[in-house]
Amino acid sequence: MQHTISVVVENEFGVLARVAGLFSGRGFNIDSLSVAPTSDESLSRITIVTRGDDAVLEQITKQLNKLVDVIKVLDFSEDNAIERELALIKVAAEDESRAEVLRIVDIFRAKIIDVTPKSYTIEATGAPAKINAILDLLRPLGLKELVRTGSVAIGRGAKGWKG
Amino acid sequence: MKMNGARILLESLKREGVDLVFGYPGGTVINLYDELMNVREIRHILPRHEQGGTHAADGYARATGKVGVAIATSGPGATNTITGIANAYMDSIPMVIITGQVPTPLIGNDAFQEVDIIGITRPITKHSFLIRHAKDIPTIVRKAFYIARSGRPGPVLIDFPKDVQISQAEFKWPESVEIRGYKPNLEGHQKQVEKAVDMLFVARRPVMYVGGGVILANAAAELTELARTLQFPVTTTLMGLGAFPENDPLALKMLGMHGAYAANMAMTHSDLILAVGARFDDRVTGKIATFAPHAKIIHIDVDPTSIRKNVRVDLPIVGDTRDVLVKMIDCLKGQTEKVTAQHSAMEAWHEDISGWKAKHPISYKQSTSVIKPQYVIQKLRELSEDDAIMATDVGQHQMWTAQFFEFNQPRTLLTSGGLGTMGFGLPAAMGAQAAYPKRQVICVCGDGGVQMNMQELATLVQHRLPVKIVVLNNNFLGMVRQWQELFFDKRYSQTCLELPMDFAKIAEAYGAKGLKADKPSEVEQVIKDGFAHDGPVIMEFKIAREEKVLPMVPAGASLNEMVLNA
Repeated sequence: MQHTISVVVENEFGVLARVAGLFSGRGFNIDSLSVAPTSDESLSRITIVTRGDDAVLEQITKQLNKLVDVIKVLDFSEDNAIERELALIKVAAEDESRAEVLRIVDIFRAKIIDVTPKSYTIEATGAPAKINAILDLLRPLGLKELVRTGSVAIGRGAKGWKG
Repeated sequence: MKMNGARILLESLKREGVDLVFGYPGGTVINLYDELMNVREIRHILPRHEQGGTHAADGYARATGKVGVAIATSGPGATNTITGIANAYMDSIPMVIITGQVPTPLIGNDAFQEVDIIGITRPITKHSFLIRHAKDIPTIVRKAFYIARSGRPGPVLIDFPKDVQISQAEFKWPESVEIRGYKPNLEGHQKQVEKAVDMLFVARRPVMYVGGGVILANAAAELTELARTLQFPVTTTLMGLGAFPENDPLALKMLGMHGAYAANMAMTHSDLILAVGARFDDRVTGKIATFAPHAKIIHIDVDPTSIRKNVRVDLPIVGDTRDVLVKMIDCLKGQTEKVTAQHSAMEAWHEDISGWKAKHPISYKQSTSVIKPQYVIQKLRELSEDDAIMATDVGQHQMWTAQFFEFNQPRTLLTSGGLGTMGFGLPAAMGAQAAYPKRQVICVCGDGGVQMNMQELATLVQHRLPVKIVVLNNNFLGMVRQWQELFFDKRYSQTCLELPMDFAKIAEAYGAKGLKADKPSEVEQVIKDGFAHDGPVIMEFKIAREEKVLPMVPAGASLNEMVLNA
């Protein structure tokens, strides 16, 4: 089962290597990973999308907590957190497909951020499922390049981490 | 007062109570070594290889419970410590390794003798630090020692660039350190302890399964008290040997792949396993699917990741094993009637266990013509002092030592359990002997492993460390040969050490004493002469070449499917 884990870590060099090394060394999966400082500059937040059964998830959480540089591990599920991802999508847009791309962008409330005679570059945000959905529609029109940030997640209301 | 970084590091070590380090000089630690000449309080032992120095620091830590310290230069010096670090990591040994590093501006430039030792050792250290400013040294050293020795102990590496060793700063020792991401959970949860005690009372076929965590937490006395109060049988892992006296009637001895029949049968038939500071390693459990099928499991461990890693657990208690055991003992004190009732309810179980012990005790066939290795181990126990420290290498001799040398005190067995490092024994014994110059320190090796760090004979002689090295020589890499005999149709691929070595002569060449025995009748005298000699000795015993370690649970088999005679 897919899980989104948010890891609050010391904002120091080498910390990402420790976290990533833990996953590779112990055979845990990383579907996506994103990292940036929090409002407290001494901390970074790593969001990892991973998969595994309950026993694997328990080990991942415990092993992360064991790292000295890890301050907090949050295991998010759909009902206690909101998840978003940003994607930059370059799609072929010539002749009649130019209008079709614009319609899709409009429906998904995405934005065109670069235009050439032969392509549009789209910025889309949303839950990963929404990104997948827009990609499914754009793919037949000629997907030229795709860059995704990977998910970030934040707890709903009081759930989560201050900072 | 301002001083250079090298001196600040040494002053910090002094503050941590370090009086002995094992290290090897080189280009990027030359400043540190220069300062060392001004610091009389720190004794330095010079091994002949950084791996030896690291294992020696490890052996020192195992024998004393203190943090072992090893120093190496950058590049090859640092990479030579890797096996020693991994070995300490797998067995949770508190150690601080200080490596020289090329000057900060050169890091990343492939400078002479540069390696990214922090990167290389990341998966085998509990934590690591790169020192970037001399003023940070006291805090880093303080943190490193705290992390190394607290919670589940482990090795911590400090990488120390040459320019930082030279630069000047104020020495300010921090009164305390705060690491916000590191808060080991030491206090066992009282409610969980009470639940555990309730489970103990309803058990009819209980076993205490005890690992190295009990020794690391200095909890052997509490464990022994708990076992005797409850009258529960106790089996120990290899790492747990010495946590419970093996001469106690409740002792089942070691379990697992080469464990005692009674211990493995007790685990298989148990209805409650009280696991204390043990991690259900594959050498202990055998086939997981059939492991202890009837047992509820209570697991006490300071490391939450050990719990439910390999087996299901009915009741976890995270905490320092000593703290949890003390709470359990306290909890039992108010319930003496239940304890007594429990004793009588276990009579049938104790009879079963006595039956298993009598049916297949750990044994071997004695011979009058050829030396049996088990006989040598028995004689060593008989002729050695009660508090003798035994270090082993890895292989058949290690298992024979575990089976036949009776361990009755904690910190008297130094052995590489998790990593299984050949070459560990001799330098580990060296570290223990350096810590305890007056105690008897014995090192049992095979003819394979002893040659992996034999250069440390020079260190023993130079520093007058009278380690008694026992080489059980079968001219084979015996454990692998045993597997080849049993599971590979006797195809002895590369396990015969063709060259007949004269280990006694090697000892003499280093200035140590060399003794040897070819016949069983000579064994006792050689051991007596070796023990009587005031200095390092190699005692070589030409043993039965194809003797096997038995019983044996073949890899992947269930614990009760033991090969008893093969």
